[in-house]
Amino acid sequence: MSTFEVEGRKYEVDEDGFLQEPDRWTDDVAKDFAQSESIDSLTDGHWKVIHYIRNYYLQFGIAPMVRKVCKETGYKLSEIYQLFPSGPAKGACKLAGLPKPTGCV
Amino acid sequence: MADAPDGKKRANGLPDTKLLDDLEKGPWPSFVTEIKSAAKNSESARDLLGQLELSYEDRKSHWKHGGLVGVLGYGGGVIGRYSDVGEQFPNVAHFHTMRVNHPAAWFYTSDALRTICDVWERRGSGLTNMHGSTGDIILLGTTTDQLEPTFQELTHEGFDLGGSGSAVRTPSSCVGMARCEWACYDSMKLCYDLTMHYQDELHRPSFPYKFKFKFSACPNDCVASIARADMSVIGTWKDEIQIDEREVANYAAAGLDIAKDVCSHCPGKCMDWDGKKLSIENHDCVRCMHCMNVMPKALRPGKERGAVILLGAKAPILQGALLSSVLIPFVAADELFETIKELVSRIWDFWDEYGTNRERIGELIQRVGMPAFLDAIGLDPVPEMVSAPRDNPYIYYQTEKEGEQ
Repeated sequence: MSTFEVEGRKYEVDEDGFLQEPDRWTDDVAKDFAQSESIDSLTDGHWKVIHYIRNYYLQFGIAPMVRKVCKETGYKLSEIYQLFPSGPAKGACKLAGLPKPTGCV
Repeated sequence: MADAPDGKKRANGLPDTKLLDDLEKGPWPSFVTEIKSAAKNSESARDLLGQLELSYEDRKSHWKHGGLVGVLGYGGGVIGRYSDVGEQFPNVAHFHTMRVNHPAAWFYTSDALRTICDVWERRGSGLTNMHGSTGDIILLGTTTDQLEPTFQELTHEGFDLGGSGSAVRTPSSCVGMARCEWACYDSMKLCYDLTMHYQDELHRPSFPYKFKFKFSACPNDCVASIARADMSVIGTWKDEIQIDEREVANYAAAGLDIAKDVCSHCPGKCMDWDGKKLSIENHDCVRCMHCMNVMPKALRPGKERGAVILLGAKAPILQGALLSSVLIPFVAADELFETIKELVSRIWDFWDEYGTNRERIGELIQRVGMPAFLDAIGLDPVPEMVSAPRDNPYIYYQTEKEGEQ
């Protein structure tokens, strides 16, 4: 287990940098993690995807499948990659505070 | 560097590998020998030996489950690998795998191979697997911070990452027309063209599960596409096997027992040798290739060439193994690219909509039934789609009735 630190705020993360305490998540956590996934600032588009994934996770306990993310947010997969260069699984799920997805997204 | 698992000091700088040494015995090549040879220059190869020996002692893998790492813009191509005994073996604590798309039919210049090896000795463990089962060049063992620089160097040299996860996996093909007289279509070109066409689907996983393409240019199926690819494209011909009678006579004169070694092995029982003339009932030919493999100079595929498209093979993971079965019995060689693009888009639409998580296309067809699947992709059923014709024990196939039809 390692620690991810932004401006004095510390987060317990796994070896791939995923938040280990999902309950601690707030919008501010997503902002803190954005830099680690090569995102300069979070736009409305980012938030739409992050909140969709977050709510799906809270409701079902897992990450949504990629095509569901596209369908529900209205973004094409290529647009998701423009928002989150490291992809929906590694980038978007990490910012949404999900534990590491296992092959779903 | 840690001590060998049992605490013994290493001889010759290598860990003590009593159990692994057993794998070097016998006449076969041994991956243990190869890793030992790499370990002379590579710290991580040394720790890999140590961890593997420990795995054999403990009878369990010391790689943790999962790992999610990658390069920017791609959702696949890198497989995260972490050790659960990283403190004991620090040089394999992070040991990610990179998949690199191989050239069609694995033709390289030695320069290209040296380039890859040089990059990997600088950026990773230096260990490679040439090649993985899907066909990719597998670069074994590096750390997260080396992924982007390795990717940059590889793309600069003209290589790209391969597929991983729920995506199009790196397509592969047999040597086809580059070396083989039996090629019924240009498998290398089709493999390359479709790889380029499906770059998005290859690098950005979005399917229920993996999807593999393999292209064999004749029914010998040298890339074993029928057993391994969700979509297998296998070369075949529509007309009659070409016979060179003079060469048949030469084989007979040279001592080949054509009746015993060729005709009697024909699964379609379509060949007859009367001691002078070889005759073939072409409509009974099941394209097994045995006769051509035995008499390559005398027999060759017909002139009207193309491929059969099959669907659904997979290895056993969630359910048992499946072989691909026929979807389209014959597509002319020059129409393959367009036909496959159209067909695949319909198949993926259906799979995307109805496939459950980690369900291969073959399993989906089994679940919903072939009629529903054909209806969804807009194909009419044809007799060739029966996976094992004439093998159903409940329907007696009567040869004498054949003439009446």
